[in-house]
Order: sequence, then C-alpha cells, then structure tokens
Amino acid sequence: MKVTITVNGTKHESEIEPRTLLVQYVRDTLGLTGTNIGCDTSSCGACSLHVDGESAKSCTLLAAQVDGCEVTTIEGLAKDGVMHPMQTAFMENHGLQCGFCTPGMVMASISLLKENPNPTEEEVRIGLEGNLCRCTGYHNIVKSVLAAAQAK
Amino acid sequence: MIPAPFDYKRASSAAEAISLVSEYGEDAKFLAGGHSLLPLMKLRLAQPAVLIDIARITDLSYIRDAGDHIAIGALTRHMDVEKSPIVLQHAPLLANAASHVGDPQVRHRGTIGGSIAHADSASDLPATTLAMGATYVVQGPNGAREIPANEFYVGFLESALAPDEMLTEIRVPKMNGATWGFQKFNRRAQDWAIVGVAAWKRGNEAGVALVNMGSVPVLATSVAQAIANGASIADAAELAAAEAEPQSDLNASAEYRVHLSKVLVRRALESTNA
Repeated sequence: MKVTITVNGTKHESEIEPRTLLVQYVRDTLGLTGTNIGCDTSSCGACSLHVDGESAKSCTLLAAQVDGCEVTTIEGLAKDGVMHPMQTAFMENHGLQCGFCTPGMVMASISLLKENPNPTEEEVRIGLEGNLCRCTGYHNIVKSVLAAAQAK
Repeated sequence: MIPAPFDYKRASSAAEAISLVSEYGEDAKFLAGGHSLLPLMKLRLAQPAVLIDIARITDLSYIRDAGDHIAIGALTRHMDVEKSPIVLQHAPLLANAASHVGDPQVRHRGTIGGSIAHADSASDLPATTLAMGATYVVQGPNGAREIPANEFYVGFLESALAPDEMLTEIRVPKMNGATWGFQKFNRRAQDWAIVGVAAWKRGNEAGVALVNMGSVPVLATSVAQAIANGASIADAAELAAAEAEPQSDLNASAEYRVHLSKVLVRRALESTNA
C-alpha cells in the first residue's frame, strides 16, 4: 500500500506492506535509527516519537495508521545544529548513562512539557511512567526535565 | 516482532465500517488505537486476515452532556476522557480510571471503545464502566441496539458484540455527587492491575466492580447489597470476592487476589473523593 508520511518536516511517499510497524518504517525504510527498539511490546518507551506533536510508541503503531500525519523523531529536534532545549537539559544534567533510552525519554519529556509546562517533580515521574531506563538513571532524567521546564 | 500479513482497509464512517466487516466476516477485526490488538498480533496470538481501521471516523470521537448521563463516542482517546471537563465534573471516577490506563503514550492512541470492545478483565475501563452502570450502544447492519454493561462481558476477551457489530457509544450515568474511589494495585507504574477496584457510594447506594478477578470484569453485587442493607464499609468489603473466580498467575495467587480485593474495595469505598 502507498502511504504519505511527513517525517521531520520532509514528506515521504512510500510503498509499504500494511503490517509495517512505524518503528520499522523510520529505522529501515528511512534510515533514521535514532529511534530505538527496546522491549518491542509497548512497555519500555525506547521507541517513543511524536505523531502530530504527541508522544506515541512506534512499536505499537502501523505506519499505515499515521498515513498523512506528521512524525517527529529524535533526529528532527535540532535546528541548524542547535540542540532542542530538552536535549541541552539532558546533556547539562547528566540525564543519560548508556543512552539507549534517551531518544524515547527526550521525546516523551517534550510531549509531557507541552501538556504540562510547569510540572512538579512527582508529575514528571508519573508523566514518564511509560519510559524505562535500565541504568536506573531516573534521578537525573527527572532533574533534566525540570531544568528544561525552567529554561523555557 | 511483526504481525502476520493482512489486508488493510480504512473506513471513513460507521456505516462503511459495518459494511466492510459484513463483507469480510470473522476474518476481519476493527483497528482503533491498536493498543490492545497490535500487541496480540505481534505475538501472533491474533492473525486477522483483514484490519478495518476505524480510527479516522472522527464523528465517533466526542464527549457530550446528555442530561442524566454522559455520552462518549467509542473512538474517544483515553487522554481526552481523562482531561474532559464534562467527565471530570459528572463522572470523575471514569476520568480517574482513564488516567490510570497504560502510560501517556498509550493514552494518546488508545480509545475507550477499543478497550471495552477488547473485553479484557484486566483492563481498567471495562470494570469501571460496569461499576457505574453504563450502557454500550452498538451498531450493526440492522441498526443500533443498547447493551447494559452487566450483559456485555460473556467470557475471556469475549463480549456480546456480534462479529458484524461495532461499539459506537458509551453512556455513563452522572454520579450526582457520589463519593468514589479507584484502586489499582500493581508492581510497576504502567502495568495492568494485579487487582483493581472501581467503586462509588451515595448514601446506601453503591456500585463496585473488580479488575482482573476472573475471566470477565466482575460486578461485586454482594458488596452493593450489603451497603444497601446498612452494613459498614468494612463488613461489606469482606464480601468483595463473592462473585469472583480469580486465577493464579505469575503475579499473584488466587488467594492473594481475594485478599487484595477485600482491602482495595474497603479503600475505594472509604475514599472521600466526590
């Protein structure tokens, strides 16, 4: 089937199998491998990206479901070589250790602040319940998100 | 993990969806948010030959004040139910339960109708709408009919929906100041409930339903009956599992679930949320 999906501002027309998962589409068809596949069961959040500006788990979405939508991946955040404020906040607050969960964490965090621009620490922790960090580096991740909220 | 191959059809209206499902019969499944169905398809526990994507039927995404009840379109997303001022005002138990489904990413995609039609006893919204005495409106080739929530859940992942019927609306009675509690006991933040309880109470009237206490969501009628007869909350809660047939699994034994259900029913009924 044919789909037209705008990814990071570029419109892509692709011929795909209906069963193609969105995460496969961005990684294998478009070569955007910043979005990771972790648990592959919509638990860990490593594959989080944005569909029409809202966080979603791309391992549990068909590319066909987002036909006509705007998708943003971690590669689409920096503008002209300048990192997104959330990326800067993660860097400055040591919000990553091994880095595997980081793209998903950053995408989920941006969506979280869009819905709740000034969250409490507890609201950040609850808001990121869909993203797991196997290094258990949650403390600095939460700190990063709070810093990004302050920076705005 | 990739689902088995299927044909993908997209419906732009309920009538088109029903016509498509009538054409393909039991080989077809409706796809709404996909957050119950796609995980099963990836594990190859479900292999429908045809997926009928109904998520773009925008006129089935709404929340309306309908007098004595709130009418919610089946394709309304969990996040929209959770944040709706109408639901927060008139059916706060439902708004709270919706906020406990999965995680934000899941709630951006998953729908109330998808969750109910999937009929999973471990999901939060089937039991919550059951406790609230909701009615489900379903549409088929011969028109619409209403199914009371307490007649909808007939077996494990099995509902009273005919293969060519689609759930279109959920009608939830207004709570009119009833106190309510939603208790979800799980080991990790986003997990399904090991046991969950949705309950409301207004004077001697109460509605209580249990999550993950058997193959179907369980209406705890003995608890409501005891409250009606003037029993204390603590005494009524002892009857929590009277209608339940919980299973043992990796998370909990049946005995532990029975114990949890009593504790959680008591906490839910003692809650002073209103």
